[in-house]
Amino acid sequence: MMDTPDHAGRIDDVLKKIERTRQARRHKFYLRDEKITLSHGSGGKATHNLIEGVFAPAFSNPLLDAMDDAATFSINGTAQRLAFTTDTYVVSPLFFPGGDIGKLAIHGTINDLAMAGAEPLYLSAGFILEEGFPIADLRRIVASMAAAANEAGVSIVTGDTKVVQRGKADGLFINTAGVGVLRATWPLGQTQLQPGDKVLLSGPIGDHGIAIMLAREALDIETDVESDTAPLHSLVAALFAAVGEAVHCLKDPTRGGVATALNEMALGSEVSVALDEHAIPVHAEVRGACEILGLDPLTIANEGKLLAIVAPDKAEIALEAMRAHPLGHEARIIGAVQAEPAGMVFLRTDIGGMRVLDMLVGDPLPRIC
Amino acid sequence: MSMKYVDEYRDPDLARRIASEIGKLSADQPLKLMEVCGGHTHTIYKHGIEDVLPRNIDLIHGPGCPVCVLPMGRIDDAIAIARMDGVIFTTFGDMMRVPGSKGSLLDAKADGADVRFVYSPLDAYKLARQHPDRQVVFFAIGFETTAPSTAVTLLRAKAEGTRNFSVFCNHVTIIPAMKAILDSPDLRLDGFIGAGHVSMVIGMRPYNFVARQHHKPVVIAGFEPLDIMQSIYMIVKQLHEGRAEVENQYSRVVRPEGNVKALEAMARTMELRPFFEWRGLGFITHSALKLRPEFADWDAELRYEVPGLRVADPKACQCGEVLKGVIKPWECKVFGTACTPETPIGTCMVSPEGACAAYYSYGRFSMASERSRLNILPMTNVKS
Repeated sequence: MMDTPDHAGRIDDVLKKIERTRQARRHKFYLRDEKITLSHGSGGKATHNLIEGVFAPAFSNPLLDAMDDAATFSINGTAQRLAFTTDTYVVSPLFFPGGDIGKLAIHGTINDLAMAGAEPLYLSAGFILEEGFPIADLRRIVASMAAAANEAGVSIVTGDTKVVQRGKADGLFINTAGVGVLRATWPLGQTQLQPGDKVLLSGPIGDHGIAIMLAREALDIETDVESDTAPLHSLVAALFAAVGEAVHCLKDPTRGGVATALNEMALGSEVSVALDEHAIPVHAEVRGACEILGLDPLTIANEGKLLAIVAPDKAEIALEAMRAHPLGHEARIIGAVQAEPAGMVFLRTDIGGMRVLDMLVGDPLPRIC
Repeated sequence: MSMKYVDEYRDPDLARRIASEIGKLSADQPLKLMEVCGGHTHTIYKHGIEDVLPRNIDLIHGPGCPVCVLPMGRIDDAIAIARMDGVIFTTFGDMMRVPGSKGSLLDAKADGADVRFVYSPLDAYKLARQHPDRQVVFFAIGFETTAPSTAVTLLRAKAEGTRNFSVFCNHVTIIPAMKAILDSPDLRLDGFIGAGHVSMVIGMRPYNFVARQHHKPVVIAGFEPLDIMQSIYMIVKQLHEGRAEVENQYSRVVRPEGNVKALEAMARTMELRPFFEWRGLGFITHSALKLRPEFADWDAELRYEVPGLRVADPKACQCGEVLKGVIKPWECKVFGTACTPETPIGTCMVSPEGACAAYYSYGRFSMASERSRLNILPMTNVKS
């Protein structure tokens, strides 16, 4: 049955057809929707379609078109390269186990700079406040931001406040932008993956997304899962000190999780990534919650983890360097980069099968950051 | 709730051993087995089970994904209710993106309808208690797995006299669908992997006709990869020994008599519809539930004017053939090209339990490796 030439030929045709469609879509994003839906904020495919369909063509320039976490440039021909990024935080609830919106707003922007290979220096903070929001809560959040910035060695040097009518914002939203000094003097980013590279993950995945979900929904699942929110720039510094330009790409797997981050890299570098499910650390409670809720930890958000793509001969040294750092002591090599089939991520499953690992499509968990 | 994880049900060495036993017992004879339940389909793809099984075992993905079998007209009705003034429309998350004839609930939400996703009908009921000035409607879908919780919620609403809560009932029953498939001339099946969660409610007896009248083995299975592997082994063993019986692999959860209390709650609140349309399978008699007349006050179908129109599936869509197992997902004309998880045409591409979505997300590689066309490097040098 399975081996008749006719059958095999048909499978070939279908595979080719699907890959042609995928290739075509990679370069042309179809934004068919007429209105914004929550999927457009998921960080997955719908978000990509929105960015590529609306923002990218309108704002197009060489710095933006790189589509990295931060833009990197030098000013007036000076030798020093800078990195610049921005991010907006709308997480609900504002306070959750392991953190709050303020802490997240500091860490998230620091991490965007760190993933670009920059040492974060200065941040801005913009607040959109809803009429009636308790000042006491605002104080708590601002104190948490100050502490997070202090701890990370960055300063909040400019800001803005707006108040909107009751019902026009959910308590408060925060925007932060950040500037940093680029430490990576070599090409670093999602277009730099090379066949043979190893995929390193700094620790267990899914804590943030699951902590938010359990805090938000009254699911009667009792766990101690806490958000992993953390500033990753010192871990990146340790990695650079150990192996420097052997680091080809850094990404923090936030919305859309490890699956989405690796798919972006595979597409960006026209390579394939193969993962070993056994090697991917997930806290037992996160795995349990994911089982109950029908979610895949690989698509759940993290706020204090990074993926590092490292040249094979330096991967062990990089791993040791990460493990010596408090934010990377559970780091693992979870997979490898290979040439074919370009643009796809595969997973060797726990029972020894193989499957495609796709980007997250629709998000079951809106407003996680 | 404590949550201990079950790695013992995912042991790769054991999986290989069971696979080799299946190979020996089936003696490389081609066998078509249907997993009725969408949860099983999801497990099969998520863990790459087809990759581990001997090649002569062909798994056919049955009609057990409740999202997939709901006809488009019912989704249009749901959207019509959701758009009504004062209504909070509540639904399970995976119904949000299912396309009706004019958009999905997610689109209706973006358009201003108050659509919220909940994890259980009780969550919807709590919303009704929190918003006494609003009408809360729960979009009830699913097999006997989810029907009892809808029933319990209805009993509570009646007992507490909550008038701003109603149920748009689309519950279906698994046995008539299996009958329809067995009576269908298109397909020759060798055995069934029985739905675990449904059987927890209905027990083992309703499957007897499959063994007695159609002489096909049924093995009720759990949802871990090794549960499914073992149930396939049990089916193959029955075939090898010339038996056709209803067996229970999932005995840690499923009792032979089912859950009597759950069945009682269902019987008190719901009754069989004379017939109901299944997407792809057409009208099947006595295959779905509606609220009993005593619960008319909580019946959204009676409370609201809905279009109630039958909508034909898009011409290109072959969900029906996929659901009956006549074709494999990849054999559908639009699979992976016009119809993908981001741009679904048929329901099978929407829910993660849908055969097409599962096949697209997880299974493309099995197709590829089957042909050895894509030269995947072995996973060597991956240090843990």
